[in-house]
Amino acid sequence: MNKLNFLSPDKNNLYAYLYSGISLFTLSILLVFLNSFFSLDLTSFLPGTISYFLPLIIGFIGLHLIRIEYSGLKFLDLINKNINTNKFNALLSLLIIFAVIKSIPPLLSWFIIDANFAGDSKDACSGSGACWAYIKTWFNRFMYGMYPNAEQWRINLSFIALAFLGGVGFFATEKFKKYLTLYYVIIYPIIAFLFIFFFISGGPIFFDFSYGIIAAVISIIIGFFIPSKFKMYYFLIIPITIYILLKYVFFYEELIELGKIQAFEWVETGAWGGLSLTFIVSFFCLIFCFPVGLFLSLGRRSDLPIIKYISIGFIEFWRGVPLITVLFMSSVMFPMFLPEDMFIDKLVRVIIAISLFEAAYVAEVIRGGLQALPRGQYDAAKSLGMGYWKMHIFVILPQALKLVIPGIANTFLALVKDTPLIFVVGLLEIVGMLNLAKTNPEWLGFAMEGYVFASIVFFIICYAMSKYSYNLEQKYKTER
Amino acid sequence: MNFKKILPQLLTLVVVILVFGFFSYNAQVNMENRGITFGYGFLSQESSFDVQFSLIEYDGSHSYFRAYLVGLLNTILVSVIGIIFATIIGVVVGIARLSSNYLIERTAAIYVEFFRNIPLLLQIFFWYFAALRALPLPEKAEPMFGVFFLTIKGFFVPAFVWNNLDIFIYSVIAAIIATIFVRIYAKKKQENHGIQTPVLSISIGLLIILPLLSFFLGGVDATVEIPVIEQLSQTSFTYKGGLKLPPELISLALALSLYTATFIAECVRAGVQGVSKGQKEAAASIGLTPNQVLKLVVMPQALRIIIPPTTNQYLNLTKNSSLAAAIAYPDLVLVFAGTALMQTGRAIEIVSITMLTYLTLSITISIFMNWYNKKIAIKEK
Repeated sequence: MNKLNFLSPDKNNLYAYLYSGISLFTLSILLVFLNSFFSLDLTSFLPGTISYFLPLIIGFIGLHLIRIEYSGLKFLDLINKNINTNKFNALLSLLIIFAVIKSIPPLLSWFIIDANFAGDSKDACSGSGACWAYIKTWFNRFMYGMYPNAEQWRINLSFIALAFLGGVGFFATEKFKKYLTLYYVIIYPIIAFLFIFFFISGGPIFFDFSYGIIAAVISIIIGFFIPSKFKMYYFLIIPITIYILLKYVFFYEELIELGKIQAFEWVETGAWGGLSLTFIVSFFCLIFCFPVGLFLSLGRRSDLPIIKYISIGFIEFWRGVPLITVLFMSSVMFPMFLPEDMFIDKLVRVIIAISLFEAAYVAEVIRGGLQALPRGQYDAAKSLGMGYWKMHIFVILPQALKLVIPGIANTFLALVKDTPLIFVVGLLEIVGMLNLAKTNPEWLGFAMEGYVFASIVFFIICYAMSKYSYNLEQKYKTER
Repeated sequence: MNFKKILPQLLTLVVVILVFGFFSYNAQVNMENRGITFGYGFLSQESSFDVQFSLIEYDGSHSYFRAYLVGLLNTILVSVIGIIFATIIGVVVGIARLSSNYLIERTAAIYVEFFRNIPLLLQIFFWYFAALRALPLPEKAEPMFGVFFLTIKGFFVPAFVWNNLDIFIYSVIAAIIATIFVRIYAKKKQENHGIQTPVLSISIGLLIILPLLSFFLGGVDATVEIPVIEQLSQTSFTYKGGLKLPPELISLALALSLYTATFIAECVRAGVQGVSKGQKEAAASIGLTPNQVLKLVVMPQALRIIIPPTTNQYLNLTKNSSLAAAIAYPDLVLVFAGTALMQTGRAIEIVSITMLTYLTLSITISIFMNWYNKKIAIKEK
């Protein structure tokens, strides 16, 4: 039997150290646990400071005793390796464990035990915990803003339809996979826009813009059959021609009558709000900022000097100013730049402003990917006789975009997190609605519940997005 | 020249000129209709509005330009505070994420995931409207260490009252310059003779001794003014003396630093992970001590990865400080693009000045960053 040396525990007498160490460690956790859950202070007979630090000291000694290298016990080695490698780590581990134990009871009582769930007025909330009745009462407003209650099915239906149409891509067979990009870049945004305008907003069936959409779709379809030599000039001339033909020659009389039909009650964008507005704004900005950013990044790397410097100027301008001043500009300065009889809706202005702003960031991210590609890829594509667009579409961009998935995802996350800023122009999405509800005289004093609720909502959205982007990154990772 | 190259450029140029022409023509017409003339003359007019928190002397009788300066200084103040705290928290959390201790690593990871997935505006609102509102009233506040008072009306801290402050500042500057010289000398000595000088201890000594000397020889004198509670009326109390940090400043700085720190932590983590293990092993194998390995091999390489994205984060923090407008902290956006714009109605001039200010700031920093990147880039043969 070796002598016990408690200052430097070793493998001999392993169990003596182990049992004494574990019992001390357990004792320390038990002390804190009893203190925090049942407010029992077993060590109150000791002087104040010592009683306060006693669990820490006991636990520290306990961890010291079980710090035995290569003990041969799998469980013990696991603990030692992960939380108990040296004195400093042991101390930090103990502090974290104690902090967690200490913070559970107050959090639990605030969130659940003392919280009020039922009721529909302030009087229901008398406990010291959270007032979830407040969230319950206002839930509808937090989701839909001032949108009329009877019409909210339109928002739900649109979102479900758009989610369904967006998910179609996952079920596409191999045969249709090559058209998916076309679908997502051109057709899906148009459908989404029509849904939002026709359904959520309640606009007339045919409006001027739809001629433009039809013209664009027709010209793109024809565009596939045009020899690439003339493509550029074709895309400059044909859409405008079709647009003019459609509007003034073919359908003028008939459609102008049709255009006045309005199936749903008009809900102005000022009444939109809540989480649904967050989704609408993020969705459209996401759709618009990506292509704009893509073209800007190509422009910045172009060898045509005028295009290059205009792109640089544009990107650096938007990256250099805070979003809030951009929104200020769109609300107070931009109307000055328009003809007096021309009016652009607040929401549209905001979406354009945020899209341009985020496009500059997307452009820089994509540029990073373009720069990371070896020169050989460009040279190889050129040596096959590919032109500028063919080279980029089939060789460069697929590789570059794959590289920048995390960066793009971060930019999109930033976009979602930036949407609350639209309060500057008076649009109230979920954070704005919270601030409105907070000042309601019947519901004063529940700011905390509201912000906790919104934080959880945003956390779920953003965390899901970042995890999805991580999966995407892993999926498209190719060995180079 | 190739026709195919000129046409797209020409078209782009024409479109840009047309758009700008359209906008400026409309702006001219609109301003004529409203009877405003374009110009920056209003900057010297009397502003006649008050700002509740200002670093320089300011009241309603000063000019709009002075109001602009007040806003700018407040923006810089909150940015500097935010940057300092964000760096400290970010570096600590970044290193914690690399810890071998599972609990520490997880805690840091939870902090990062949580704070960076919640919009900054929401965090600012949370601190301002929910967390700081739960603080006690001035008369009920418990003093921290006897001199700090954290109340619902703000954070009251002791202030220094200086005599001959300028001499003290000169002494600090002199100490810094001396440190730089010592560093250069030490480097030269090491390169020429291979002898190391204890630069760190000499620098710290200099930075302490020179300012201390200024107290004894330069006639510098500082007394501490502790805030004392004062009754304004029957129910209203406040603290007199000392320095008052308004709750807007505290919540803004808190939210900005906690939010930006998550990004800085990730930069730090990526930087330290970016130094390959072989570098450390190679350094150890030629006989460098662990401290020297860290100082001479790991840190220089890690910093090369860390500094560019971190500067970007500083820039983001400065731009994000404009969210101050949401909680009425008088920064550049609130004072100038808010109040001053409401009073004068000069949307184009004021918004353009505000944007130009931020733009100048960003472009200066990015030019500096490009220069720095070029300087530290590994020169390959």
